[in-house]
Amino acid sequence: MNLDDLVELNRRIANREPVAVVTALEAGLEPGDRVVVLSPEDISSQFYAEQLSEAFRTGRSGLVEVGDRRFFLNVHLPPVKLIVTGAVHISQALAEMARLAGLDCAIIDPRTAFATPERFPNVMLLAEWPDQAFSRVKPDRYTAFVALTHDPKIDDPGLIAALRARCFYIGALGSRKTHAKRVERLQSQGFTADEIARIHAPIGLDIGAVSPPEIAVSILAEIVSAMRAKRRAA
Amino acid sequence: MTLKDLTLNDSELLARAEAWAKAGRGVAIATVIETWGSAPRPVGSHLVIDSEGNFEGSVSGGCVEGAVVAEALEVIESGQPRNLEFGVADETAWRVGLSCGGKIAVRVEPLT
Repeated sequence: MNLDDLVELNRRIANREPVAVVTALEAGLEPGDRVVVLSPEDISSQFYAEQLSEAFRTGRSGLVEVGDRRFFLNVHLPPVKLIVTGAVHISQALAEMARLAGLDCAIIDPRTAFATPERFPNVMLLAEWPDQAFSRVKPDRYTAFVALTHDPKIDDPGLIAALRARCFYIGALGSRKTHAKRVERLQSQGFTADEIARIHAPIGLDIGAVSPPEIAVSILAEIVSAMRAKRRAA
Repeated sequence: MTLKDLTLNDSELLARAEAWAKAGRGVAIATVIETWGSAPRPVGSHLVIDSEGNFEGSVSGGCVEGAVVAEALEVIESGQPRNLEFGVADETAWRVGLSCGGKIAVRVEPLT
């Protein structure tokens, strides 16, 4: 690979654009013919178009054989986003752990006493209401959404946006009683039982977590489990 | 060094490779291109190496990195890529095998 291609690759990764690096593995090729950086829109002109488009769809990198040539397709899909309502104790631990796990994390909380840069030094922090924040940090199918405030005024708009955006993981903190009330509110907003059942509540894998960092572990583990569900099934 | 430096993800490793190259160092990028059996790092994982022997990332979680770094220094020197294989079925496994019993193929590309 030449440096210009690497700079371009890194630029697209930083912009959350899907991008692939294709390496032709036979010996004797010049660097420019050996390694190319491609976006999904560049695919159709390539003779490994079918394999590359499948790799973009599944996010799986790997070797392919086309004719008598072998290529390594390395796809870089945008990293999973984690959006959290609630700049609370659990989110302080969760933000750090999510970053280590390679997730892009954003914390939303309109309560400026909670949402301070001192409490959240390494994470995108939006001290505003979810509806405002979502115009900048859009939930999508590659987003995990976690509601941690216990305050329906903050959590519910987040949950509603997450359900509509079909986030791959949605979790909400609170006891079964709290969640039963939440279900009633969402039903009155017109959500079906099936849609509401997509919310993980009580949140997190049942590992007996007690402290806020332990609860963060259980939440992150549940997110990873949802993220890798397809891989586990395969 | 912070914890962050110890745990760069694959995108950050590529950014590190770019920074090294811009600082005038020779750089090679090693990538896991195939795995058999239980392998510690998935296909696509990177180890980036500079001409001084500095490296970041991993292709095997620590088992064969030393050997990959040595090969990478020669790749930087020659400008020619190499394909490497490590595993229990390989003769080199006696020296730098994967303790998990898996097998991996690694491509080492020079940054030109």
